[in-house]
Amino acid sequence: MTNQDILVVLPEIVIALMACFILVLDLYLPATKKKKFGYGLSLVTLMVGAGLSIVYSEPAPVYGLNGLVLMDSLSAILKVGICISTGFVLVYSRGYADARGLWKGEFFALALFGVVGMMVMTASNHLLSLYVGLELLALCLYTMVALRIDSTAASEAAMKYFVLGALASGILLYGMSLLYGLTGTLYINELSASIVRHDGSTLPRTMALILVLVGLLFKIGAVPFHMWVPDVYEGSPTSSTVYLATAPKLAGFAIILRLLADGLGSLATEWQGMLLVVSIISLALGNIIAIAQSNIKRMLAYSAIAHVGFFLLGILTGEVSGYASAMAYILIYAVVTLGAFGVILALSSKGVEADLIEDYSGLNQSHPWAAFIMLLLMFSLAGIPPTIGFYAKLSVLQAVVNAGMTWVAVVAVVLSVIGAFYYLRIVKVMYFDDLATSHPGLQFRPKQDARILLTINGLAVVVLMPWIGKLTTLCEGAIEVLF
Amino acid sequence: MKVIYLLVPLACLVAAIIAGFWGAKIGNSATHRITITGVGLSFVLSVVVLFDVLDGHSFNGSIYTWGTSGGVSFEVGFLIDHLSAVMMAVVTFVSLMVHIYTIGYMRDDPGYTRFFCYIALFTFAMLMLVMANNFLQLFFGWEAVGLVSYLLIGFWFKRESAVAANLKAFLVNRVGDLGFILGIAAVMYLFGTLDYSAVFSAASEKQNAVVTGVLGYEWSWITLICLLLFVGAMGKSAQVPLHVWLPDSMEGPTPISALIHAATMVTAGIFLVARMSPLFELSTTASSVILVIGGLTALSMALVGLVQNDIKRVVAYSTLSQLGYMTVALGASAYSVAIFHLATHAFFKALLFLAAGSVIIALHHEQDMRRMGGLRRYMPITYITSVIGSLALAGIPPFSGFFSKDAIIEAVHHSNIPGAGLAYAAVLMGVVVTAFYSFRLIFMVFHGEPRMDKQARSHLKESPWVVTVPLVLLAIPSLLSGGFLVESVLGGHFLGDAVAQGPSAGEGDHLTAVGLMTHGFLAAPLWLALGGVFLAWIFYVRVPSLPGNVSQRLSLIYRILHRKYGFDQFYQWLFASGGVRLGEWLWKRADIALIDGFAVNGTANMVGWFSRVLKRLQTGYVYHYAFVMIIGVVVFLSWGLWS
Repeated sequence: MTNQDILVVLPEIVIALMACFILVLDLYLPATKKKKFGYGLSLVTLMVGAGLSIVYSEPAPVYGLNGLVLMDSLSAILKVGICISTGFVLVYSRGYADARGLWKGEFFALALFGVVGMMVMTASNHLLSLYVGLELLALCLYTMVALRIDSTAASEAAMKYFVLGALASGILLYGMSLLYGLTGTLYINELSASIVRHDGSTLPRTMALILVLVGLLFKIGAVPFHMWVPDVYEGSPTSSTVYLATAPKLAGFAIILRLLADGLGSLATEWQGMLLVVSIISLALGNIIAIAQSNIKRMLAYSAIAHVGFFLLGILTGEVSGYASAMAYILIYAVVTLGAFGVILALSSKGVEADLIEDYSGLNQSHPWAAFIMLLLMFSLAGIPPTIGFYAKLSVLQAVVNAGMTWVAVVAVVLSVIGAFYYLRIVKVMYFDDLATSHPGLQFRPKQDARILLTINGLAVVVLMPWIGKLTTLCEGAIEVLF
Repeated sequence: MKVIYLLVPLACLVAAIIAGFWGAKIGNSATHRITITGVGLSFVLSVVVLFDVLDGHSFNGSIYTWGTSGGVSFEVGFLIDHLSAVMMAVVTFVSLMVHIYTIGYMRDDPGYTRFFCYIALFTFAMLMLVMANNFLQLFFGWEAVGLVSYLLIGFWFKRESAVAANLKAFLVNRVGDLGFILGIAAVMYLFGTLDYSAVFSAASEKQNAVVTGVLGYEWSWITLICLLLFVGAMGKSAQVPLHVWLPDSMEGPTPISALIHAATMVTAGIFLVARMSPLFELSTTASSVILVIGGLTALSMALVGLVQNDIKRVVAYSTLSQLGYMTVALGASAYSVAIFHLATHAFFKALLFLAAGSVIIALHHEQDMRRMGGLRRYMPITYITSVIGSLALAGIPPFSGFFSKDAIIEAVHHSNIPGAGLAYAAVLMGVVVTAFYSFRLIFMVFHGEPRMDKQARSHLKESPWVVTVPLVLLAIPSLLSGGFLVESVLGGHFLGDAVAQGPSAGEGDHLTAVGLMTHGFLAAPLWLALGGVFLAWIFYVRVPSLPGNVSQRLSLIYRILHRKYGFDQFYQWLFASGGVRLGEWLWKRADIALIDGFAVNGTANMVGWFSRVLKRLQTGYVYHYAFVMIIGVVVFLSWGLWS
């Protein structure tokens, strides 16, 4: 083990150690200090993790641990994104989780272990390390969904997630094993070349490809492997929903890019057609079913399905600009979704989940600032200019059109317009409906730190607009070195 | 000189802006002082420009580049030559007279400052129109005068009839303007520029360019452009069948009837064709159309004038008829003659309108001639000036109308393009009718027994000086301008080379005004005119019972004339009610049923329905979820293995 081996995975090591430390510390600290220490230490850990990812980043891939993991600007950017968004999650969740007795050592440890899993996913160059990262994250997520033991909905959601996740993992592993059988290697960077070298029947090759693809699509929740998404989003405590709705999407992007675009890049013509079907039915189903939802968390779940469909459009172009636009899309999506769940969390209080759309009627009258932040975020999710959500959609569509698939862009735009309905309905409910009287009104009482972050997060979707071109440049730079 | 050119329209614009925005603040008298100063300055400078042009100076250049797009620049520029200088002088002179007159006419009107703002604005727009050196600016002026005309017809916007009239004027002018802008577009397409001089110099080489229209029929581009431009001219200069708005425009205050709907704006169409004469010269087809339309207008509208009882409507129909005369002159390629008649007509028609207005205020807004009579004793100045105006209109020497109308008749006589014979007959017959209705008006209003009620008669007195001074000032050119200008017109020097010269130009070089008058006694038009006057005298002074008898005998003709040939009813039926019916149909069938019901709400309902159906797929049973996944895997596998 050389120095370089350690440097490549240094952020992961630090966070994993700190997660253990926090877990142990939780046993020995007095009850009053537990929360404060755990919270503070977790935030510091995440910041250190992000900092280390930046400090030791290399533009060109640097391999470590016998090539199991690598470090390049793609993994650096995504690791930073994962750490920061998890930090936001912790800040936003504090009030909510505290009121429900979830704010304890397990939460921090699970969140941090999940971060380690995601970081390994982004950095893996080997099917095994990729799978280990994936499962580490998945186990943390199953547990976090079930964290609220007094809630049957949460237990049910966790159970479903676990069963289906296990099924998907099995499919993925089967595909990986076929790949190994075909190529004799587990290294992702060698996969592409050796799979072409293999001649003979294409049957095992195609099977391997499809099974791996299905496993990946399950993880990011694309149709028809999306069935878990709405139930899990709705059933889990919102503090867990916000966690699994944001950072894992970044990690999911990373494994799709590494395994599909890079490792199986030579089979691009085969997976492009399937991704096309998947992304269009994801867009259609996600956007259309979201309209019928009355629960905002469930609505955002379908919205997530639709957004996954959109970002897959960028992937299926098979070009650097398409990958870069998808990356920018998913980063922007993470920022906006964080804010949206942040508002939901900030409006929840003890006994009030704030998860029904009708709860939001007349919010502008009682809490104009919260309503305004929500308005910006909804506009951004719908892709209305001048928000960054518009830019995200625009760059993906641009890539799709440049790849010569104009009709796909047209379909995507039409479906996005249908999707705009349910985002705008939230705005309409907040601004034009009368204040709800039948049930307890929402209280906007986030902690001070959450309030500040939420304001920054909400305004960022508009304020960042002039510099958003830099994000694309960054993403393009990160992806160019891969190809 | 450039500064002077610029000052001419800008003086009016500044006055209009001050009157419009601060009129209420600075008060009535300050408002009319400012606008009269502005327009007066314009007039003086226009005269300076006119003399400068007569000295042989002309100007054609752009003042300001408004925008450049695709290699075409849109400019504000002036073309100052004989034609525009004459127009500027006429416009500003009549405008100035009307400004002064308005002080008396509108004295107690609550919209006093608004009115001054509008007429100053109108003067600005009209000047921009006549001074333009490109089609774009022409169009700007064209639309701007149309706008002000619309505002002024509906000046008393609380009167339902005024609102209906201005709407009508607006809509009918839209029809003309559509042709006009299509014509400009065609010019743009064919020549690639909107500059007059560039277009005119390139015109002859494009003479043979053809465009294949519907049914494979080939049109000459030039003819197409000329006809489209003439459609615009027909709208603004109220030629049959787009004339219906002008009589109704009399709903506006009398001063603007004089300024806009007699002397200046309605002659914009005449000006347009004269300005475009190098194009029109290239198209005999267009000239024939113009001749026929002009002839029809001249005679048919004069006939309608015979049966009108509203004093302003008589003058309005006479305006229509005279515009027809000018159009005939244009069709006969006698462009300078048309402008000559335009100028003399501007003076005597403004005079007649203002005189009618003077009568109207003296009788407290009574306009029906059947309740007038014998006014000459009470209003001598109005009477004398009206007689001068009517003599000019009827074409009796030595009044100005004689010369210009005679020149038109001569020009048509010499023209031999198709339609010339018809137009010649029409204008000759028109002379009798014109003389008849002009003197019918004089005799009904000023002679005979007073027919107004006692109270009105007791208040009768001559109008104040602000009213009578413009009458006198307009009577002078009505009397003199014809004889003064006729020699240069017939000699072909009147407009210099500003307009294309017709084939007969220059023939009358040896003629003098006096010679023309003596020659007039040997020609038909003068005797026809005198006959008309005599007939009017018999009908309305000598045997006052005659008109009733005649109208009973010829009741069919009378009814046709009284109904103005049914244009209004036809348009009302076809376009107004038809438009409403069509709109209603489209609204109910296309908009509500098809677009709203089927397309918009239908899509929304369908998506909503679809959404509810798809929602059911999410059963909540984990084995269903797993089943869907497996199905997905199977589908993908079979797809992948198949292909």
